[in-house]
Amino acid sequence: MSVQFFLQQCLIGLTNGALIALVALGYTMVYGIIGLINFAHGDLIMLGACLALSLVGALGMTATGAATTWVGIGGLVLLCGLFCGLLNVAVDRIVYKPLRNAPKLAPLVSAIGVSFIFMNVGLFWLGPADKSFPELLPSTNLLHNDALQFTWKDLLVVIIVGPLMVALSVLVKGTKLGKAMRAVSQDPTAAALVGVDVDRVIAATFFIGGFLGGAASVIYGLYINTIGFQMGFQNGLYAFTAAVLGGIGSIPGAVLGGLVIGLVRALASAYVGERWTGAIVFAILIVILVFRPEGLLGRRVKEKV
Amino acid sequence: MATTRSPRTSSPPAPSTGPWAFLAQRWELATLAVLAIAPLVIPALGGALGGQVTNLFIYCILALALNVMVGYTGLVHLGIASFFGIGAYVLAILTVPMYPFQIGFLAAAVIAVLVTAGTGLALGAPTLRLRGDYLAIVTLGFGEVVKVTLRNLEQITGGMKGLNPVPPPGAGVTIAGIDLGKEFAIDPRWFYYLALLSLAGVVLAMRRLENSRLGRALVAVREDELAAQAMGISATKVKLSAFAMSSAVAGLAGCLYAASLSTTADPNAYDFNRSIMVLCAVILGGLGSIPGTLLGVAILVGFDTILAPWADSWIQQMDVNPKGLSYLSFSGWRLAFFGVALVLVMRYRPEGLIPSRRLAAELHDGGAGP
Repeated sequence: MSVQFFLQQCLIGLTNGALIALVALGYTMVYGIIGLINFAHGDLIMLGACLALSLVGALGMTATGAATTWVGIGGLVLLCGLFCGLLNVAVDRIVYKPLRNAPKLAPLVSAIGVSFIFMNVGLFWLGPADKSFPELLPSTNLLHNDALQFTWKDLLVVIIVGPLMVALSVLVKGTKLGKAMRAVSQDPTAAALVGVDVDRVIAATFFIGGFLGGAASVIYGLYINTIGFQMGFQNGLYAFTAAVLGGIGSIPGAVLGGLVIGLVRALASAYVGERWTGAIVFAILIVILVFRPEGLLGRRVKEKV
Repeated sequence: MATTRSPRTSSPPAPSTGPWAFLAQRWELATLAVLAIAPLVIPALGGALGGQVTNLFIYCILALALNVMVGYTGLVHLGIASFFGIGAYVLAILTVPMYPFQIGFLAAAVIAVLVTAGTGLALGAPTLRLRGDYLAIVTLGFGEVVKVTLRNLEQITGGMKGLNPVPPPGAGVTIAGIDLGKEFAIDPRWFYYLALLSLAGVVLAMRRLENSRLGRALVAVREDELAAQAMGISATKVKLSAFAMSSAVAGLAGCLYAASLSTTADPNAYDFNRSIMVLCAVILGGLGSIPGTLLGVAILVGFDTILAPWADSWIQQMDVNPKGLSYLSFSGWRLAFFGVALVLVMRYRPEGLIPSRRLAAELHDGGAGP
């Protein structure tokens, strides 16, 4: 258990964590704005991965190492992002919007229903067995160090996730839409009073969350190399845990939570055993919720009477 | 909104007399009578179908257990299957030949129920102050932890193989020349009656609970925790009671499940999907409503375990699906069926198919929920 082994695990953990963070953003943004735990988000990403796999097959993309591969991956991210974003908006319009004023349980249960429908679509799309996602990137080590591995795949995660995070924070902090989103998240009624089109802002939030999820689905396929119609549940759960850990509703919290969960998973797999990873992650979740329900970066919200 | 709601919700809970309650009770008795006579006149119930219907009864018990939490007390619980699993495993540990205990079914079931109730209290105590969504996630996480633990503690739980053989109830007991254990092993109707009897007992207990002081306190806490506390109800005690009762009844269902299968099955039988399936049944039928819960289970679990396999074999006989395509088989659509059912029910009838009166009133006021 050398230092280098530890560093290697941290590197794996942070890369995985960046991916988890991307999914966690979709949960946290939707929760922040309409207070809905979007159970279907993980399965939305599964559908994005299905589309990515079909596109890779249709375009005949292979690992050439040429610039065209990178352009192709960029195109995939864009297309799958759009697909997931628009699908998310459509689901919001059809399923969640009529339940805006219903008790909280109603949209939550509807989201579980949507998740089932997505899984069934994924089952028809992929078939019951897991499918392998082609390796499009060479697995050469970029660090000139035998003990520490950092391949093109790891780099891919960083160069896609990084800019997306920056773009998101610019959008939320610096634009009019971002301001409207923060306003609606604080108080939808007051936001509507000062002229914010609440429904449009909610739709935009669903689109952005879905877009990030779509991008995550492509990276997931390229990085993990196996997709299946049931992948949404487990991955969604990890991402949701990350969002809660960071403080649900908080965007920097989701990123931090994702990185922490990634690290915990990698270190737990390395030092305790892969099969206990799930139990450890959820045990941490329970402990955090019991002792610090607002998460690492969240605000403490007083329960309204 | 609170002002429009209070006159209706502050009315006393459904009295146990009156035409509707009387009819409901008679209806239940009639159903019980039909179900009790059915195995004597329908020979198919002595075969595989009998086992499937027994399974249905066990799920009804599990759903009624969940109903205590979600329906009466308004606490969203996404990990009921873990208590189902703990019940099954405790029973198995106390009865399988692999362990030295090998006590009888009844004693083992009593201990299993006590253990699950204790586990429920242990989960409930630290999580009492959590808000609705967070409690849902904690119970979900608990369910996953239990599943992973059952899978990984191979020396104790047998890992993916599960524990077996769980001996049938009454093994080695002979009454009036009938070897009970042998009868249970041969004829599924014995389990049918055992499950039906247990279900009837649980339904009766739930009816009593609904009209008891504790039952009214549960509902009061669901409606408005602060107001309930102001009236002298201890929300802590009430919620802990809900946890304990729900877990205990789920543990009972787990005992019956393990005994009727004569194995605990593998830990994946107690995962999130099962919890969600039961939750969906309760919501579809009607939160807080006993007949609703039973109907919900009959529809969802009945579809899944009885109708879908039957339709599948029928489709196979018709030979329309020679390539085994999943969208040409009936059960290939089961997830979509559940999903669409949930979405439609939440949209058009959020109180469920047979609603509890009080919850229906609340939902149709459009007021803030629990």
